[in-house]
Amino acid sequence: MLQPHQPPARYALGFLVLIAIVVGASAAAFAYTAGWFSPQRLTPDKIVDALTPPGVDVLGHRRNHAKGICFTGVFEANGAGSALSKAQVFTRGQYPALGRFNLATPNPNAADATVRVRGFGLRISTPDGQQWRMAMIDPPVFPVSTPQAFYDLLLASGSKDPDAMKTFAGAHPEIAAFGGWAKTAPWTGSYAEERFNSLDSFIFTDGSGAEHAVRWSLVPAAQPVPVATADLAKRGPDFLEQEITDRVHTAPQHWTMVVTVANPGDPTADPSKAWPEDRRTVDVGTLTVQQIEAEPDGPCRDINFDPTVLPAGIRTSDDPFPAARSSAYAKSYDRRTAEAKDYPRTTTGAKP
Amino acid sequence: MNGVRTRFTVPQRLLHWLMAICILAMLFIGVGMVSTVMPKYLTLVSIHKPLGIAILVLALIRLAVRLRYGAPSLPVDLPAPMKLAAHLSHYSFYALMIGIPLIGWGMLSAAAYPILLFGGVHLPAILPQSDSLHALLWNAHFYLAFAFFALILLHVAAALFHALIRRDGVFEAMASVSGHGGVAPSE
Repeated sequence: MLQPHQPPARYALGFLVLIAIVVGASAAAFAYTAGWFSPQRLTPDKIVDALTPPGVDVLGHRRNHAKGICFTGVFEANGAGSALSKAQVFTRGQYPALGRFNLATPNPNAADATVRVRGFGLRISTPDGQQWRMAMIDPPVFPVSTPQAFYDLLLASGSKDPDAMKTFAGAHPEIAAFGGWAKTAPWTGSYAEERFNSLDSFIFTDGSGAEHAVRWSLVPAAQPVPVATADLAKRGPDFLEQEITDRVHTAPQHWTMVVTVANPGDPTADPSKAWPEDRRTVDVGTLTVQQIEAEPDGPCRDINFDPTVLPAGIRTSDDPFPAARSSAYAKSYDRRTAEAKDYPRTTTGAKP
Repeated sequence: MNGVRTRFTVPQRLLHWLMAICILAMLFIGVGMVSTVMPKYLTLVSIHKPLGIAILVLALIRLAVRLRYGAPSLPVDLPAPMKLAAHLSHYSFYALMIGIPLIGWGMLSAAAYPILLFGGVHLPAILPQSDSLHALLWNAHFYLAFAFFALILLHVAAALFHALIRRDGVFEAMASVSGHGGVAPSE
């Protein structure tokens, strides 16, 4: 035993205060890291809260792109992508695909004709155990340049102030390109006629270690047929889901995956800025949608199409959105899986 | 060695301090990453997962070493409630060091996320995909992490209490840098 040499009482109080200071400072550092002293910090909770419309029952659903339908199919790589990325998914061959056609709305019951932006979640799995997940949309540019601006856009569009959107557009002129597309681009009557774009930039690493900044698109094999919005509004509220179900039942639907390679100096950090039309493109393969399944029991239901789940050979770039999306998607996933009982599965094989 | 050891063995002390750094880093990374949408989110997540597995492996080694070498006895004059608290806290630490990483691994498995370590190395899923399991494990991972940090604060307070006020050798049992085991002659 060591002999105790206890301090005189007049020091003991000082030591107790010292202990309290050490513990208190540690707790404060922890709270600071957790953001409890930083109400201005943009958190995934804030983004997900801002997406949730008042008075709409969203429990159990994705907090954005809430309405959707699952598909399964195959990605057939033609081998050309191997010049850009060493990921196995570009080696010539067939790889199982799982995805989700969706609408960019937080309302899971929105009428299909009311939602301007359509989306496409996709997961391709390769035999090496890796996955490539992505979530694409049909506009050619993203509305804003930064995650903070996206949050501000959500606040502005949900604001009671009639001038909120005007004020926002004044502060974020980049939204004009998206606005132009939204006003003038033709609507179609089918998910199968849409071109879906990554918008965000990623870095492909090829077998030699060289890096290529890229974006990619899924270009439909089906010819887009413009339909007047007034005509779409007359169709049923779920016409897109019914149409794609019938269409795929008749024949598999195809998209070509086209990778666009940036020139030096192209804006990789800003998905609101399109790259010039003349950039090199490489067709890397064909995605075939073979089967449609309703979401409540479908295989895409509990998949988070987190665009940062990438195979070796693809990584994020200086584009800030994939990180923000990953963070917010995870929050949405955490919330909706905890609310699964509010979004019942329908078939007899339903999980409890 | 027939003597009564007054200090933890050198491997135990090394593991303690190495894991102290890892676990504190882990807890700060954890609360930091879930409260940001900035690009550092991805960096923090990419550290969090392999560091969690490293802590799990170190904790299992440490448990084996502890079972083999035991721990120095607490001072005989330590009041019974403090002895009880010391023992309970040690059980809790082992449960949390092993449990929280396993829960995190299970949580990712239940969500069908790939579990990526360094350089494309994947761990297998340890649970089937399940929304209810994911929700349960997510909550457990989150709240147990805060409990772990609270326990660490208590542990630090107790260690300093032993070091500064009681001065009874308990702090030195783990904090000593000397290479030998601090074996006192048998009484």
